[in-house]
Amino acid sequence: MSVIPVEVLKKAHRKLAEYHYELRPVERGYANRTLYINLSDMTIEEKPVTEEMKRIFTGGRGFALWLLWNAVKDDTRWNDPENELIIANGPLCGILSYPGTGKSTVVTISPLTNLVIDSNVGGMVGPYLKGAGFDALEIQGKADRDVIIVIDGDTGTITIEEAPLEEPYAHLLGRALTEMYAKNEADKRNIAVVTAGHGAEFSRYGMLNFSWYDLRRKEVRFKQAARGGTGTVFRDKRIKAIVVRKSGFTAKSNNPAKPELIRKASQRINKEIVELDDKQNQMRKVGTPYLVGIMNDYDLLPVYNWQYGMHEDAHKISKIVWMGLFTQGVPDGCHYGCMLSCSHGVDHFHLRTGPFKGDVVLVDGPEYENAAGLGANLGIFDPNAVLELNFYCDTYGIDTISFGTSMAFAMECYQRGILNRERTGGLDLTWGNIDAVLETLHQLARGEGFGLIVGQGVRWMKQFFVETYGADPDFLNDIGMEVKGLEFSFYVTKESLAQQGGYAIANKGPQHDEAWLIFMDMVNNQIPTFEDKAEALHYFPMWRTWFSLHGLCKLPWNDIEPADNAFQPEPHKVPEHVENYCWLVEGMTGVPTTPDDLILSSERVYNFQRVFNLRRGSGRREHDYPPYRAVGPVTVEEYESRRERYDKQLKEEIGVDPEGLSTEEKMRILREHRMKRYDQLLDAVYERRGWTKDGIPTLETLRRLEIDFPDVVRVVKKALEETGR
Amino acid sequence: MIRVNDKFDVEWKPGMTIRDILNELKFTFPMLVISVNGEIIPKEEWDTRQVQDGDDVKVLHMIAGGR
Repeated sequence: MSVIPVEVLKKAHRKLAEYHYELRPVERGYANRTLYINLSDMTIEEKPVTEEMKRIFTGGRGFALWLLWNAVKDDTRWNDPENELIIANGPLCGILSYPGTGKSTVVTISPLTNLVIDSNVGGMVGPYLKGAGFDALEIQGKADRDVIIVIDGDTGTITIEEAPLEEPYAHLLGRALTEMYAKNEADKRNIAVVTAGHGAEFSRYGMLNFSWYDLRRKEVRFKQAARGGTGTVFRDKRIKAIVVRKSGFTAKSNNPAKPELIRKASQRINKEIVELDDKQNQMRKVGTPYLVGIMNDYDLLPVYNWQYGMHEDAHKISKIVWMGLFTQGVPDGCHYGCMLSCSHGVDHFHLRTGPFKGDVVLVDGPEYENAAGLGANLGIFDPNAVLELNFYCDTYGIDTISFGTSMAFAMECYQRGILNRERTGGLDLTWGNIDAVLETLHQLARGEGFGLIVGQGVRWMKQFFVETYGADPDFLNDIGMEVKGLEFSFYVTKESLAQQGGYAIANKGPQHDEAWLIFMDMVNNQIPTFEDKAEALHYFPMWRTWFSLHGLCKLPWNDIEPADNAFQPEPHKVPEHVENYCWLVEGMTGVPTTPDDLILSSERVYNFQRVFNLRRGSGRREHDYPPYRAVGPVTVEEYESRRERYDKQLKEEIGVDPEGLSTEEKMRILREHRMKRYDQLLDAVYERRGWTKDGIPTLETLRRLEIDFPDVVRVVKKALEETGR
Repeated sequence: MIRVNDKFDVEWKPGMTIRDILNELKFTFPMLVISVNGEIIPKEEWDTRQVQDGDDVKVLHMIAGGR
């Protein structure tokens, strides 16, 4: 593909709006204002951040939810002009000396779920947005032509520019805009870009790429706000890119109240990483793909749309393979200064298909989720195929998780005869058919053929296959791996009741960043009772929410651990790191902070988001059930593949002698038992969280959390009345 | 018989070490805390420390709450 020179691209830009604002220093982690842009009428405004906003919503995801709550109506659809796309950073975002402090959270009404999605992402956009003067960027309305928003934090200028010529492929667009807005090579580090891609125009799970400039490689790199269709909303608003510029942003730019506390925490964690990472998870050498082999060993790696949990070829896409492919010896952090540096890439990768066939590119990743979802779950065990899929998903602006899960669903439908070559437009969707999967992705990005169907996600496909091909809806609901409309990420949960809840109760849908309890539950046997599981499903989702309020990455919390962590009273919480986070909050804001304070701040936002779901017509018990594939064996083959395990459970847990029973009878009994246990889990979790049996936060819970605003109470009262409680 | 995490049974053999138990159960995760009858065993002893028939072994995988 020929690339249009940057000068030509720039010459075609036309300024549609310009706004000047006063540059002010960040104070104790807050810029104390947000930026509002309406693309329908080209309005640009500043909004103050109140002390009440900080106290109740903290920042990051909390701010974004509050802004969105006030911007939309109860029935606003994802593609209505009043829907907003919000990017928020958080008070600890941009510390930089502490690993994982470059995160932003993107919030919008999701095309997949019709609920609020929150999706966190690295890169330098978050820190630079704050340095430019804003705790959040709130974009409403729709442009009538393709635009680029430029936030220049050096001059205090915001422009909206018509941008007609840029091809929305992320790797080209990121590079072109970085070059366009940087004064010279050294200045490129001061530019961060948000882009989607062509695919996001046609799919409900378009995602956003957030850039940083890799000084060593002299290349633009990306992390993704991948979940829930953020990129779809972005392109629907006809935004091609957002460019944020801020020179001289350093660890001091947040103006912390007690910098010595931040220094103390940073020194402690960084020393620990240097000394221990190589003996622990080797995040600096391989990053999250170290998990592929481990998940396979524990029967947790999804294979063939979660039918199975391991595969004999998994070693072909496991840690040692990625270590060989990843370019080693470079500081691969997704923000400047991150010592954990897990953001690996493969340089000089030769593409063999698609619009960039023959090009040599840098592939960011893969992460574990990509290797599992674009690999094992599709029956693909060729690392080069995973890399090619990873690259194209990124540059097309497509969420690898939703694509991988949607593709796996389609491939199982092909396996079961629900689909055939005629229905797929000639694609042979046999497990492991790399060329067919790649072609589906390319079709998706062109908005044509069977790829367009896969691009609508599992929930949409289920309905389409039932209505068009007469497929059995019960069976599709059993094997379609989505909850609330969002596709599952890649862990087998059949033997972990707690994780089934961790996925299915999650406000936004089944994403692993809310709770990952499989080892605690299934292997360690640490949370055997319903009350134990409920406690874990209270603490960990709240804890994980906390990261997204502050602009932090979760990985430095427990993908590295102090040498003496095992001897602590609650080692699974990594208490020394929790202490670090308390120091960071106090160091930044000046307010002494305890671990309980951290959880309380999350509870406020978490419950507020639950009420937001209620407002959107969801957020009740009936919306918190997983597909049965996530709970137990759907098919005879699945049961038979683990017959010894299931027969033992029938005998020991249920008191049924499996001898003489048909597999179908055994499956029915097991299913009844497991779903009954799931219901008991919901009861326990709801009670622990201060919710009714229908999953609705009680008025008392709202009052305790001080989120009993009139609008919030109105929504909850209505839900309580409707459920008769 | 060795009971691990009050859940998994491993047939005991003379000379069996902690490493043998890990291999038997395919416990390959790198961040483990292991105790035998309540005593935490340092990692450097896993290859040599023998277990006795009937020992209570706990192998805690130190990751929780979110990948």
